[in-house]
Amino acid sequence: MGGWAIAVHGGAGVDPNLPLERQEEARQLLTRCLNIGISALRSSLSPIDVVELVIRELESDPLFNSGRGSALTAKGTVEMEASIMDGVGRRCGAVSGLTTVKNPISLARLVMDKSPHSYLAFSGAEEFAKQQGVEMVDNDYFITEDNLGMLKLAKEANSIIFDYRIPLTGSDICEKAADAPPLMMNGLPISVYAQETVGCVVVDGQGRCAAGTSTGGLMNKMSGRIGDSPLIGSGTYACDVCAVSCTGEGEAIIRGTLARDVAAVMEYKGLGLQEAVDFVIERRLDGGGQAGLIAVSSKGEVVCGFNSVGMFRGCATEDGFMEVGIWD
Amino acid sequence: MGWAIALHGGAGDIPRSLPPERRQPREAALRHSLQVGVAAIKAGRSPLDVVELVVRELEDHPHFNAGRGSVLTSGGTVEMEACIMDGNTKRCGAVSGLTTVKNAISLARLVMEKTPHIYLGFDGAEAFARDQIDYTEPLTKVEEAPPSNGDSQLGTVGCVAVDGKGNLATATSTGGLVNKMVGRIGDTPIIGAGTYANKLCAVSATGKGEAIIQATVGRDVAALMEYKGLSLKEAAKYVIEECAPSRTAGLVAVSATGDVAMPFNTVGMFRACATEDGYTEVAIWDDETCG
Repeated sequence: MGGWAIAVHGGAGVDPNLPLERQEEARQLLTRCLNIGISALRSSLSPIDVVELVIRELESDPLFNSGRGSALTAKGTVEMEASIMDGVGRRCGAVSGLTTVKNPISLARLVMDKSPHSYLAFSGAEEFAKQQGVEMVDNDYFITEDNLGMLKLAKEANSIIFDYRIPLTGSDICEKAADAPPLMMNGLPISVYAQETVGCVVVDGQGRCAAGTSTGGLMNKMSGRIGDSPLIGSGTYACDVCAVSCTGEGEAIIRGTLARDVAAVMEYKGLGLQEAVDFVIERRLDGGGQAGLIAVSSKGEVVCGFNSVGMFRGCATEDGFMEVGIWD
Repeated sequence: MGWAIALHGGAGDIPRSLPPERRQPREAALRHSLQVGVAAIKAGRSPLDVVELVVRELEDHPHFNAGRGSVLTSGGTVEMEACIMDGNTKRCGAVSGLTTVKNAISLARLVMEKTPHIYLGFDGAEAFARDQIDYTEPLTKVEEAPPSNGDSQLGTVGCVAVDGKGNLATATSTGGLVNKMVGRIGDTPIIGAGTYANKLCAVSATGKGEAIIQATVGRDVAALMEYKGLSLKEAAKYVIEECAPSRTAGLVAVSATGDVAMPFNTVGMFRACATEDGYTEVAIWDDETCG
């Protein structure tokens, strides 16, 4: 049996031409979040506490698509969603349609701990947030100049249906940002689509697992659109054998019930974590859907898998292993 | 092989002392909806059309907790949700937080067919509905006292169907829990929880939403068939008896080969089914049929 393990992600499907400074900023953020998680694990915080703490950090940083820095709806506003699940007892909480709650993951946790329900959305969720006294801010707080620019581009291209059938490029090409032609989808650089949903999975030394996912959703989405991140079994899942958080093309993740399937093949087919992740990434993303996920097992293993070009990710285990990556 | 159809009108603590005036209209509605479904299958309609049609019938019936009969939130409003899924393609559509849409299941189908998304909720879903024809009509809620035992789980409706060629579909619709918090979303619109279909089976669940979400009921029935090789009946029984806590859930399911399963761990479940070989059943509790 292993010790603790933790993984974080900042989204699957990365523009191979992402400027090196942005790649560096992403690596630093992932590293910082991993270190926050590691320190919390060493202080014996429970996995669910660690997941919440790490995701709060990701939500507060405008770099990825969650909390501050969330993708914008077609109306130019932010609507955030998140879910959290405790493998112990499979308790869960989820929220959608948040517009003024500073940390969606924490509200999801409160839904789990302090409400009789599992999932609250829109004005009902905001009302619950007020009753719980969580930190609320104006919707403007979440909106960044970068994303306003991206929304404009997306509207000009008049599409949020994006084609993930990007020809796989090698990681060496990805590092040479200046040389490669811009990677386009539906006429726009891939980075416009803001796939960088964030997530975290943790297992402690006693084998208890927890997972969480948070996002602003798709750039230029219809107001009211709900993706995979708040859906238990799709974007997030945890039970007594593993914890999983997914990111990428939301509709494909939902159809594939990706997070639940990793656990289901472990429970029902007896696969180990790595085999389960490989199986799900290869076989459950039919129709060309592109996605990635991070997962930990109760045995202390940590695995990342993705079929997209790149996934912002980091992982660490108690025996000192630590890795932050973007490409294959 | 052969076609099969199963439908439910909710699982919960349905008292055996349910008076005839509360029991008979529901049995009649189940029977009628079953007939509508069977006629549609025999006429060659696709399973996706069939499940939508049957759920619309159930939504329109005031004695079930969906559409016209939806229960009220703590705010005194109605908030409906629904979900539909096609087994072959795993395309799906879901809606939540509807207040003025007469047939939530049909809006869910439109989300699947007319938008690049799977799931729309609340104001956004209502706005989408207004852009479609014929989908909003002021709902006139039929006044009905809540069941005297305070049962709040009763009444979600759903239908699963398979045609003679193994094509599967599922649809579920609900008004949610009595006195639920405004904005509460249950299992019905969550793919893999209350609603799920793939090439092996189609499932529609009912009961305590929070329990069905945690147990990923819909997906697990299919996963047990696929990963452990269980039959539909074995898989459905296992999920209801071992995965969902006692007195929280029931489901109807059909397999690509025309099997039907309708297990529940609550006192009763309003249900009905029919298969191509002529079998039909309309029932509420587990030791009687009134087919």
